[in-house]
Amino acid sequence: MISAAVLRGIGSLTRARAAFTAPLAVRCYSHAKVETDEEFDSRWVTYFSKPDLDAWELRKGMNTLIGYDLVPEPKILDSALRACRRLNDLASAIRILEAVKDKSGPHKEIYPYQLKKVFVNWLGFSTSLLTV
Amino acid sequence: MTKDRARRQLLIDNLRPSYLKMLASRALVRGLQSGFWRRVSTSSAAWAAHTHDVDVVDCSVPQYNNRLDTPLPDVPFVRNLSAEQKKLKEKEKGSWTQLTKEEKLALYRLTHELSFAEMRQGSKEWMTVLGGVFIFLGFTGLLVLWQRIYVYGDVPATLSPESVAQQTQRMIDMRVNPVHGFANKWDYEKKQWK
Repeated sequence: MISAAVLRGIGSLTRARAAFTAPLAVRCYSHAKVETDEEFDSRWVTYFSKPDLDAWELRKGMNTLIGYDLVPEPKILDSALRACRRLNDLASAIRILEAVKDKSGPHKEIYPYQLKKVFVNWLGFSTSLLTV
Repeated sequence: MTKDRARRQLLIDNLRPSYLKMLASRALVRGLQSGFWRRVSTSSAAWAAHTHDVDVVDCSVPQYNNRLDTPLPDVPFVRNLSAEQKKLKEKEKGSWTQLTKEEKLALYRLTHELSFAEMRQGSKEWMTVLGGVFIFLGFTGLLVLWQRIYVYGDVPATLSPESVAQQTQRMIDMRVNPVHGFANKWDYEKKQWK
């Protein structure tokens, strides 16, 4: 997912090159390496895939993820839901799906797209449950 | 002898100012809670942990909260499970396809007070507030009207139509603001307004 931070990062990379030609017009952006979308996604998938993830870590991860200015990729969602299954926590699984749907805001097409990619049937509920 | 002293001491203890203040504040909270402002008088955290109608909320331990940006709260909403709720929790450890829809909803409601839809729904309270504002504005208007009629005296005689006509004539004669203003609008040849 293209996040605001990544766009800013790309902007800073292009501006850094201009610094050699126009030193007066340069802005002092950080030269830290910017994480790509794939790195971000795989980092979060790995986080939720930890076999002995405990309930606190699940809550912390999920609350942090929802705090970002983006809608999580289906593979992150899948990883989180599998973590809920390992922890025997159906309520959290439903809550996570609700939160992701809420994150997409006015873009109503994001949530059905994610449900297609994430195989929720093994979790044992249809999406109509989530009009609760 | 000592029993009397003990009884007296107990009475004094129950009437000391800090205890009375505590009772008064509790009474205030109870009064607020029994009325319309129930949701306003307690914080949402206290309200949510209020499942068993306790007077005090322990703020030193993690509390439940309903927040859109924190989907998984620190503690579940219902902490003291009854026997069948515990059985349901045991069933949750098996395959989730075995759970009925009601059981799934019950499990959700054990951990969460409000769903996202319920959190987002809002209330019609603004209509009450706006209505109250208009009622009080209207009442104020009535008061102002009464004041105008019964408190203020007559306006000065110089505001009567005859007096204003005389004043206007004098202003024309004096050529008040002849370039762009008042007298400029009077046609002195035809003796009328332009």
